[in-house]
Amino acid sequence: MSVKTLEIDGKMVTGMAGETIFSVAWEHGIHIPRLCHIGGISDVGACRLCMVEVEGQRKLQAACLTQIEEGMVVRTDTPRLKAHRKLIVELLMAERNHICAVCVANGACELQELARSMGIDHVRLRYRFPVFPVDTSNERFGMDHNRCVLCTRCVRVCDEVEGAHTWDVFGRGAGSRIISDLGEPWGASESCTGCGKCVQVCPTGALFDKGKTVAEMRKDRGFLKYIVTAREKKQWIG
Amino acid sequence: MPPNAPAAAPKDNREKLLERAMSRHQYSGDALIEVLHTAQELYGFLSPHLLTAIAHKLRLPPSRVLGVASFYHFFSLKPKGEHTFTVCLGTACYVAGALGLVERLEKRCCKAGTTTPDGKVSVETARCIGSCGLAPAVIYDGAVLARVTPEGLDRELERIGAK
Repeated sequence: MSVKTLEIDGKMVTGMAGETIFSVAWEHGIHIPRLCHIGGISDVGACRLCMVEVEGQRKLQAACLTQIEEGMVVRTDTPRLKAHRKLIVELLMAERNHICAVCVANGACELQELARSMGIDHVRLRYRFPVFPVDTSNERFGMDHNRCVLCTRCVRVCDEVEGAHTWDVFGRGAGSRIISDLGEPWGASESCTGCGKCVQVCPTGALFDKGKTVAEMRKDRGFLKYIVTAREKKQWIG
Repeated sequence: MPPNAPAAAPKDNREKLLERAMSRHQYSGDALIEVLHTAQELYGFLSPHLLTAIAHKLRLPPSRVLGVASFYHFFSLKPKGEHTFTVCLGTACYVAGALGLVERLEKRCCKAGTTTPDGKVSVETARCIGSCGLAPAVIYDGAVLARVTPEGLDRELERIGAK
């Protein structure tokens, strides 16, 4: 495996061929915002928050999907990118019903944290206030589509780590939603093993433990790295 | 089975034809879209039962099969009416007055994307069917009607005896 040298935000960094801009940046302490990426499962480039500027390319690139190249010059935090990301978060906020004050994940929500770190104190767009159902048919977990950002982390973790592929995305556009099996209630799903990995990786309060009330849901996202390392390297690093 | 589903032929060979389509693709999961096409042609719509059977045969998770089927407008998850009007809303047809056609159909039949309660007519819309020279165009039961007027639709509806 060859080593490649590149520049990210004026800092010379190195990474292995095949690594993404995103992972190399994080290894070197440059934290590019993200919502759909989570270490341990594949990337899809759905949220577009990790867009970066690559010198010599007019189009913005998704850092989580772009592999590093020798001599690349990457910028992750220009005014253009900041404006871009801010708008994405505002669009997400306006798309469904993200009401932090009554959310189980208040205080531990990745969307909320993104908005906070970007100084978003109001949304410039008109809220859509769509009507989405809440599925509490599962014995231990609940699914509130109103808080879903369609990052598909749950879909991927269920497919790639648990191997059940209970979840998928139904429809297209603003009306899409996460479904289990053939669209039946989660509790009636035959393929679901009830492992709860999807609940832990969900960035918002869309998937939650039953019995938790406002700001009580706390998620453990470290488990994923533990399981994936154990599976790939046969090392159980706590 | 819903009352307006296509009546089963005396000797139903649709299952066999679907099976043949799948075996032609070696039951590969990559052939999902082609198989869904065949299933839709044979049955008119994709029922949960049909989707489950396809998922099983192609060894795919049911959620992905439904995900794909719901993504493409071509696939219908509900039974279609006896007759289908698909109004093209592409730019050329739009400019030539396609909205007036949708309005007329919605007034006389049902909202676009649905089927009349008696199962007679389905109204659909599409974004450019590639027949811009015929604008405004409507696909009526698979055949393209050219330069359609609301009155033309009225005549067509009367002919098939829609209310």
